[in-house]
Amino acid sequence: MILTGAEIIAEVLLEQQADTVFGYPGGAVLNIYDALYKYRDKIHHTMTAHEQGAAHAADGYARATGKTGVVIATSGPGATNLVTGIATAYMDSVPMVAITGNVSTPLIGRDSFQEIYIAGITMPITKHNYVVRHVEDLADILRSAFAIAQEGRKGPVLVDIPKDVTAAKTEFERRPDPVRLAKPVSQLDYLEQAAAAINKAERPVIYFGGGVSASGAGECLRELTEKADIPAAYTIMAAGVLGYKEKHNLGLMGMHGCLSANRAVDEADVVIAVGTRFSDRVALNTDKFAEKATIIQIDIDPSEINKNVMVDISLVGDVKEILTRLNRLIQPAEHTGWMNRIAEWQKDDFQPQDSDSVLKPHQVLNAVCELAGPDAIYVTDVGQHQMWAAQYLHHISPHSFLTSGGLGTMGYGYGAAIGAKTAFPQRPVVHITGDGSFHMNMNEACTAVSYQLPVITVIMNNAVLGMVRQWQDAFYGRRFASSEPERRTDYVKVAEGFGAKGFRCTNIAEFRAAFAEAMQQNGPVWIDCVIDREEKVLPMIPSGGTVRDTIMN
Amino acid sequence: MKKQVLSVLVQNHAGVLARVASLFCQRGFNIDSLTVSATNLPDISRITIVTQGDEQMFSQIVKQTGKLIETKEIFPLDASSSLLRELLLVKVAADETNRSAIHEIANIYKAKIIDLSVSSMVMELTGEPDKIDGFLQVLAQYDILEMCRTGVTAMERGSVRHGG
Repeated sequence: MILTGAEIIAEVLLEQQADTVFGYPGGAVLNIYDALYKYRDKIHHTMTAHEQGAAHAADGYARATGKTGVVIATSGPGATNLVTGIATAYMDSVPMVAITGNVSTPLIGRDSFQEIYIAGITMPITKHNYVVRHVEDLADILRSAFAIAQEGRKGPVLVDIPKDVTAAKTEFERRPDPVRLAKPVSQLDYLEQAAAAINKAERPVIYFGGGVSASGAGECLRELTEKADIPAAYTIMAAGVLGYKEKHNLGLMGMHGCLSANRAVDEADVVIAVGTRFSDRVALNTDKFAEKATIIQIDIDPSEINKNVMVDISLVGDVKEILTRLNRLIQPAEHTGWMNRIAEWQKDDFQPQDSDSVLKPHQVLNAVCELAGPDAIYVTDVGQHQMWAAQYLHHISPHSFLTSGGLGTMGYGYGAAIGAKTAFPQRPVVHITGDGSFHMNMNEACTAVSYQLPVITVIMNNAVLGMVRQWQDAFYGRRFASSEPERRTDYVKVAEGFGAKGFRCTNIAEFRAAFAEAMQQNGPVWIDCVIDREEKVLPMIPSGGTVRDTIMN
Repeated sequence: MKKQVLSVLVQNHAGVLARVASLFCQRGFNIDSLTVSATNLPDISRITIVTQGDEQMFSQIVKQTGKLIETKEIFPLDASSSLLRELLLVKVAADETNRSAIHEIANIYKAKIIDLSVSSMVMELTGEPDKIDGFLQVLAQYDILEMCRTGVTAMERGSVRHGG
């Protein structure tokens, strides 16, 4: 059939089962939006307040579903507004296709109105990007974009389409099956060597990250921990893979991880790093990280091997496939002495103090978990509240903790929560934020109102930029430069101004009542939780330090 | 810091050189020289990069460059089993007092004199980078007015065929 470029975009979206997209219209994408109007019964489009929110929504949708998130923006500022969202997805390996309009081909290169070279701008923050010059190439380029986003280590792909290409017509043929790229070949030469090292380990520890979630390898990981009696610590990207109460779950590791988990890695004789990249927030000192251990690294991306920390044995390929094969070679074992030693260390782990009179972050988060139930999806922004959420949300289902781990994007949360709620209207979606992060993109409240998305926003309001201030307190002689902004925002009024509902709480009883009421609403709710500005995220290992430098109070 | 020569076969697309250059720039990989050209295969271009670094950096360069969607193949070229060539153009101030001395040096290095004026001489030399370095060292005693070299282009000896 003969279709316009814009109609071809809609057709390929359907081909790829992308029935939900996020975006913002504008001059260069008018043809695309006209096609979306025509296809409105088949493709649901959520229009956000700002293109950044749309990009985060596509990201949140992708993280929650495992599908590829799609975002559409116009040329120029529309495209540049996506940049933070695309970079966020890139750093956390989230599959996304960003479609940008551009000015018509004859206007390209002339500094035309709203013209920007977005392919150049996004080169280092996408797996790949395309500029479509001819409508005949459009369908296959879009198909490749979807294939690349999901292939190997996942990530964002941008397709820039000039306006005249979306208007031009060409023959289009539907393809029932999405294009899949050839699976990268696994490098498993050292599989037996890895199994042998694990089998003779006395103090083994698994250290796992987002690759386990991305590969859907949670069950295989659990099998390994149980079969060989190996405790496992996780990075923030893998929160929710193991249950809080599971025997082998050591909890969060790294800069704000459990002291006992970091100690276990430090003392281990074999560390199995699974789907993780030894970032500076986990391997704070790359020379001293797991110094006593034989390190085995399992990752889908060969460039992650020996990038930050030199490892002894590497296995490259899909984490689930490798763990499945590895588990067959692993002998059942018991490491009772080692597990007991770790249990002793756990007695020294940081314990926050409860209060009835003032709100304590851990109490708020424990209550959130209890009241939202096991089915909830949690989305955070970036800062102290994010670390508290990782530490104290104790009942997270797999794929249900959405956070900007790599880029650390303040303002990520509201858009991502909207994306997650759009994907799962029946599940509670709780957006945990701080007053600093929330001020960045609270404008997305209008989106949640327009689409009647009952996202609950819990604002950890200490009236300061808590994490910045915590560093200024610890390392800059309490010189609080630009971290105490003296804002006067009345969140209840602002929420109401947007058409949402707002609560303010100063103690845990008020919070529980507000949250319970929030769960009954059919639109967005903000809960302003007043907390003390001296609250710290503990424990903390300073940058470049080791577990021996942990700050506990 | 060791020098390494890398051959990268890439899809012959607009922007592919920018992608490779952007990657090197972002990750702090050094580029001593970089050449790019078409090949006998119409859809493939060949980039030859001379880079410096330790083993770890070199392995990262290979893996990260290999990850680019448009990279078809990437392989290091070992000096002993490869042919490395570079082209030099050098313009030297030369008059009747030193013209023949410079000519003598050019002959020894088998450099071609491709332009001559009353006060200057332009020479062309093709060869391994070391040979060109040596030639330039000898010429250093004269007044070099302008100089440029293409950077290394290279391929393996024997019947090995890449990109097919």
